[in-house]
Amino acid sequence: MAAAQSAFGTAVKGFREESAARIVRIDVLLLVAALGLMACSIYTLGTATEDDVEGSPYYYVVRQSVYAGVGIALMLLAARFDYSRLRELKLGLYGVTIASIGLVFLLGAAARGSRRWIELPFFRFQPSELGKVLLILALSAFVIDRIRRLQDRETTSRIMLLALIPAIMVVAQPDLGSGLVYLAIVATILFVAGTPWTHFAALGGLTAAAVTIVLVAAPAVGVTVLKDYQVDRLTAFINPSDDPQEQGYQLNQSITAIGSGQKTGRGSDQATQTKLDFLPEHHTDFVFAVVGEEFGFAGAAIVLSLFALLIWRALRIMTMSKNLYGSLLAGGICAMLMFQVFVNVGMTVGIMPITGVPLPLLSYGGSSVLVTFLAVGLLQSIHVQARETAAAKGRELIV
Amino acid sequence: MYLDTDNRPPITPQLAFRVAVIGGFALVMFAIIFFRLWYLQILSGDKYLADANNNRVREIKVQAPRGVILDRHGRVMVDNRVGLAIKVRPDEIPPPGRERRALYERLGKTLRLKPADVRKRVEEQLRAQPFVSATVKQDVEFPAVSYIAEHARDFPGVEPEAVFLRDYPHREIGAHLFGTVGEVTEEQLDQSRYRGVSLGDRVGQSGVEYSYDRFLRGENGKKRVQVDALGVKTRDLRETESRQGRNLRLGIDLDVQRVGQQALGTSRGAFVVMHAKTGEIVALGSSPSFDPNIFAKIIRERDFRRLSSEENGKPLFNRAIQAGYPTGSTFKLVTSVAALEGGLITPDTPLFDGGSLQVGGVTFKNAGGVSHGSLALRQALTVSSDVFYYRLGLAANNKGSGLLIQDWAKRLGIGRLTGIDLPAEGQGLVPTPEWRNRLYKKDLTDRPWSVGDNINLSIGQGDLSVTPLQLAVAYATVANGGYVVRPHLGRRIEDADGRVLQEFEAPGRRKADIDPAYLQAIMDGLVGAANAPGGTSTAVFQGFNIPIAGKTGTAEKGLGRADQSWYAAITYPEDPQYVVVATDEAGGFGAERAAPMVRQIIAALYDAKDDGPETVGRVVD
Repeated sequence: MAAAQSAFGTAVKGFREESAARIVRIDVLLLVAALGLMACSIYTLGTATEDDVEGSPYYYVVRQSVYAGVGIALMLLAARFDYSRLRELKLGLYGVTIASIGLVFLLGAAARGSRRWIELPFFRFQPSELGKVLLILALSAFVIDRIRRLQDRETTSRIMLLALIPAIMVVAQPDLGSGLVYLAIVATILFVAGTPWTHFAALGGLTAAAVTIVLVAAPAVGVTVLKDYQVDRLTAFINPSDDPQEQGYQLNQSITAIGSGQKTGRGSDQATQTKLDFLPEHHTDFVFAVVGEEFGFAGAAIVLSLFALLIWRALRIMTMSKNLYGSLLAGGICAMLMFQVFVNVGMTVGIMPITGVPLPLLSYGGSSVLVTFLAVGLLQSIHVQARETAAAKGRELIV
Repeated sequence: MYLDTDNRPPITPQLAFRVAVIGGFALVMFAIIFFRLWYLQILSGDKYLADANNNRVREIKVQAPRGVILDRHGRVMVDNRVGLAIKVRPDEIPPPGRERRALYERLGKTLRLKPADVRKRVEEQLRAQPFVSATVKQDVEFPAVSYIAEHARDFPGVEPEAVFLRDYPHREIGAHLFGTVGEVTEEQLDQSRYRGVSLGDRVGQSGVEYSYDRFLRGENGKKRVQVDALGVKTRDLRETESRQGRNLRLGIDLDVQRVGQQALGTSRGAFVVMHAKTGEIVALGSSPSFDPNIFAKIIRERDFRRLSSEENGKPLFNRAIQAGYPTGSTFKLVTSVAALEGGLITPDTPLFDGGSLQVGGVTFKNAGGVSHGSLALRQALTVSSDVFYYRLGLAANNKGSGLLIQDWAKRLGIGRLTGIDLPAEGQGLVPTPEWRNRLYKKDLTDRPWSVGDNINLSIGQGDLSVTPLQLAVAYATVANGGYVVRPHLGRRIEDADGRVLQEFEAPGRRKADIDPAYLQAIMDGLVGAANAPGGTSTAVFQGFNIPIAGKTGTAEKGLGRADQSWYAAITYPEDPQYVVVATDEAGGFGAERAAPMVRQIIAALYDAKDDGPETVGRVVD
């Protein structure tokens, strides 16, 4: 009797130790950064959106909390899973990306209008968001296949083409921001893999030429690639005071909001820029301006520090991965997070164009929250796998 | 194959270098953003705070027009028109004192109102709702508005506003059905049926405007304008458009309604035209009527007093559903059902009518003192023998609890609310011993209940109080095979293009459980009353090409007052279609006044060419 009990006790103890080891192998600081940002998001939305939906002051808070809950579960699930297995699924992942983005076109055409999402019973699913992670997984795998031929120009151009197809599709939706994120991702993956500098120089030249054609040459001969409002938004930040009636208006209101926050913010009741709707899209694209207005420099600094922590951990995970696939994944995710943070925050403070990129984990939106948590989960998976491999080989990770 | 390429030592110098490049880039970006934030928030914060405080919003309500009310053929009965109202803003009106008095003076002069009235109106509204603009005058003529606009400096805080006002193109026709629209009261704001309504909004306060307010009222829009600290508009902000209310289509036929109203003329009375099987109301009117257009604006107290005064016949009172009357012989239908179902008689039991009946020392006479001899139910209804029914009233009083007639009256819908989709319906009264004895105990009447009361009740006299609509429901019940219908006006809700959004099904009927053979006997009697030789209304309906059954009624109103004339008819008695009830409070005999009215109404109902009865029969009932 006593022996059985002690055997059972040992089994339980063993199990506990194993799962405890697993949990220890998670990157705790990365988890803290993600959860901290999510908490900031829910708190900010709670104060900023209480008057937005008549009759239900917690409309956005409740929904964002549900997305966060599902996202966290998704992240923990991904952390336990060996990301390396996804490498073999590259064609499937790439196919899903293209198909889901294509589906938006079909449904949009059916509804006789442009759309960026697919209407699901519980929320609006945005394939261009999910595409960010799927593309990272697929492109990294394609790069690994050709890792020995990275010096070939053909490799670089093929990978670029694979990224350009979905990028052009989402820009046409029109979702310029996500398209640019895709390009940042592919460039970073190639960079981390070790593509020669000369290739990047050539790509830079091509990009400059393309921008010139799209913004200057094509309109001159009567071809519109970007919609007028997209061009306006991209160029408004250069001189926001020029035309306060139009695009510059949003920018001016955002800067006024952030500036008026001063050191410690105006508090949620006094935040007139947010409360009186001067600040457009204050629960999505301009949520950082709300943080700036309500909580001042102190609040903005806390949020930025959490983002810095998130990016630092991603970079660190890139260096400790057990294989190159993990490093490329971490690089792609890092690019995705960095691009969105810098472009979004840069936009609200007036040093970047307005491109409609959400601020990861802070902006309201189910697709964005879920996909970002999925990405953080992949980072955790890379971390856990690296730790486990190191433990199996009986050596300490040096990093 | 590719797995061999993916095994590598933990980190190569090349990878470390590239990670360092990315990390360095991130560091630079964070630094730029931090410096930018420092510049915006710490160094220039004061300037932006001043900018933010200068940003102000004023919200302007965009009134949504109410839905239009249509008759069954889609003809507009209640419409909207745009009027200009003069309002004063509570935040800009001069403070109480000399300046404000001067403003009232100028307003009164321009709007042709007494300055004291202006003051009273404005101050009352501002006291009730301190943050809502007070209306000085609704529907102001354009010259006055433009005068005020041109002299804006003399009228601080005064502004014209386009408002939607109700327009009733047919004036007196149907006035009692539509009801009025007025500003929502504070008590109403707490009720769930006014969810989404805000202070200062106008909602239906009576009639179908009240019952169907949920559909008729639209959603107000909002216009937000950005203004600077001095109140000068700097920019239009987002605007939410108003949505017009839904249109309401009633079962009312405007033509029938008009003919009914004209038939009543200046008399005090009412009429009801109802579908016998479904309870759908085709026409329902009360006289004297009023022009509801005066309620579209702020009604003057003088007008309101005129419309509710007794001398003028209280035009606002809807006699068809609110007034309770004794109904005279039309009530014999109820007594017949009670007597048959209570087993007092069979359809063929003969009773003797010797012209009068002595009960307890009191003589109850036939009207006009005629003797009809021995007769059974059908004939008794046809010739309207009072003595026949006195005997039934006496027998009912002595049977069981003595409430046989009262119970059946209730079951047929008399003395209880019909449940019509109009507010403020009257309940009426079926007198019982308990009721009268209670009054007697409180010294509110001179005597307790006696058998004579039940005898009076049997022919619809005495304390009985029935609304014309209740009588129509009782007749419909007998006509349609024993179903008590619930009268209703609303047919469906439509959008502005006439597309049906919601169809109202006929509300449930209650089964009264009456032997079909009894119903048939009563219908036979009613057919005889309108068609057979000796029938009380045969003369009135001579030469009328629409088959009807009908019963006259003459209710005595006491010494020195004219009798009330009643008629209740059923069209196509073989397969009943409509029940028509009309009454004139001082019309005399039923066949004299009410029956010809019903003939006119039915002619309009079936679009029949009819020149009216050849002679007005002097038949007593």
